[in-house]
Amino acid sequence: MRVTYLGVTESPSFITPNSVRIPLYAEGVSAGFPSPAQDFVERTLDLNEFCVSHPTASFFVRVQGDSMMDAGIFTGDVLLVDKSLTARHGDIVIACIHGEMTVKTLELHPNVLLQPRNRAYKAIVITEESELEIFGVVTSVIRKYERG
Amino acid sequence: MQTVFALADCNNFYASCEKLFRPDLKHVPVVVLSNNDGCVVARSKEAKALGIKMGVPLFQIKDQIQQHGIVCFSSNYALYADLSNRVMTILEEEAPRVEVYSIDEAFMDLTGVSHAVDLLTFGQQVKAKVDKWTGITIGVGIAPTKTLAKLANHAAKKYPATGGVVDLMSPDRQKRLLALVDVGDVWGVGRRISTRLKEQGIHTALDLARANPKAIRSEYSVVLERTVRELNGTSCLELETVRPTKQQIVCSRSFGHKVTDKQELREAVAKYTTRAAEKLRGEQRLCRVVTVFIRTSPFIPGEPQCSKALSAELPNPTDDTRDLLEVTNVIFQQIYRAGFRYAKAGVMLADFYEQGTFQEDLFRPSTNRTQSKALMSVVDKINHSGLGNVFFASQGTSPTWSMKREHLSPAYTTRWGDLRGVL
Repeated sequence: MRVTYLGVTESPSFITPNSVRIPLYAEGVSAGFPSPAQDFVERTLDLNEFCVSHPTASFFVRVQGDSMMDAGIFTGDVLLVDKSLTARHGDIVIACIHGEMTVKTLELHPNVLLQPRNRAYKAIVITEESELEIFGVVTSVIRKYERG
Repeated sequence: MQTVFALADCNNFYASCEKLFRPDLKHVPVVVLSNNDGCVVARSKEAKALGIKMGVPLFQIKDQIQQHGIVCFSSNYALYADLSNRVMTILEEEAPRVEVYSIDEAFMDLTGVSHAVDLLTFGQQVKAKVDKWTGITIGVGIAPTKTLAKLANHAAKKYPATGGVVDLMSPDRQKRLLALVDVGDVWGVGRRISTRLKEQGIHTALDLARANPKAIRSEYSVVLERTVRELNGTSCLELETVRPTKQQIVCSRSFGHKVTDKQELREAVAKYTTRAAEKLRGEQRLCRVVTVFIRTSPFIPGEPQCSKALSAELPNPTDDTRDLLEVTNVIFQQIYRAGFRYAKAGVMLADFYEQGTFQEDLFRPSTNRTQSKALMSVVDKINHSGLGNVFFASQGTSPTWSMKREHLSPAYTTRWGDLRGVL
């Protein structure tokens, strides 16, 4: 039977079948006999465990543009966004403003601003009339390097 | 002990999912279309305000779409299943027992919870958490029976002053609400029954609650008698683990003990698949989308957690247990990860179709299931013999059969290539 996958639910183990699980305490394989030390392999390092604190509240987005360059966020990067966190002053957030989703640093004082981290861009000033919604707080940046 | 149920229901679920990654559509009317973009199956609150009716064919509202700038989406099951799974997982973390009633509704058994926390506060906390963590807004209705919880939820949505949470534990409040509710809006009262009831002078839910249960039973049914008792605060419907609905069938259960053995977990998934398939045939429907989920228990502190779900779309709608078993097994192999103590597994069937008429004419002379099964096994035998090939005409003669989905949104949460871009 042909089956078309609609996709893996990303909660909470985001990086699935191809995820690299690195044994913390691996033993060499002795052919023919199971290693007696096998029982001591307790766990593997899981990138999800490392990055994702709230799986049901975590989403990924992809960066388009260079407005956060100086914060080490470049176009094409994948950001891990935690919706469960309440944004604080200085957090890098995903904000919904003027119908767009944007990644900026949130400043709460002295004025509420969405601050880009690139001198070529101006801060977005949040006024009484602006409809600002914080989608979530960015907790990790994921960048894969293309091999030449 | 006084039973307590809560119904958590996502507001305009499909439409809300579509809006989650589209802040530009925040105040824009949005509708979601059925299979092949035929009819409206979900509406945002703006679309409801424009008077767009549920189930209306797309072509009938072409003018309104133009005039009001209504945005249409094809059903994006990958997105809805993912967000539903998140919502349900949170409910399961918060409530002692949960019955996933449909893709966007769940009953929680809150019996005994009031000893620890005020029920209204509890409801508000759950709502706040789901709203914030997933971006999906829910309403919560709390009452001594499921039928009353449904009504409480209805009120939570209808009256904004409630803040989306209604505690209907007090008999006085129950009476006041029941007097306001049309009898046709009571859970389990269909249009035909409500017409008959109204002819007898039973117009509101309160009228029905005051009716004589015995008389209702003899004139109508045991089911309606149960509704009368439920409206009076006597719980007759327990939390169920299998429940078919119009749009999807969910079959899931928490295990008696934590399951670590892959084979055992696989067998559980197979069992739920079989039961879900039986329900599907009982509803005389075919399904095309199958979801399998497995979860560890969120209640054991310090234990590694795993909650995974995966949906698959079949090339053709089916009600054959064997087709479904094959798919759920493939999905299971994809999502299973060793090293966790699983507490729950489940299967959800969605994207339903009516049984095709030509299938009934040619291959299903009666709705008798055993006959259909016998036929399918013969078909399989022929196909496996290598001597010939028999297939259902509904599959078409070209191998790729695809449905019309012109307005499909990206699978924002389930495909790397479909992630939402941020500036």
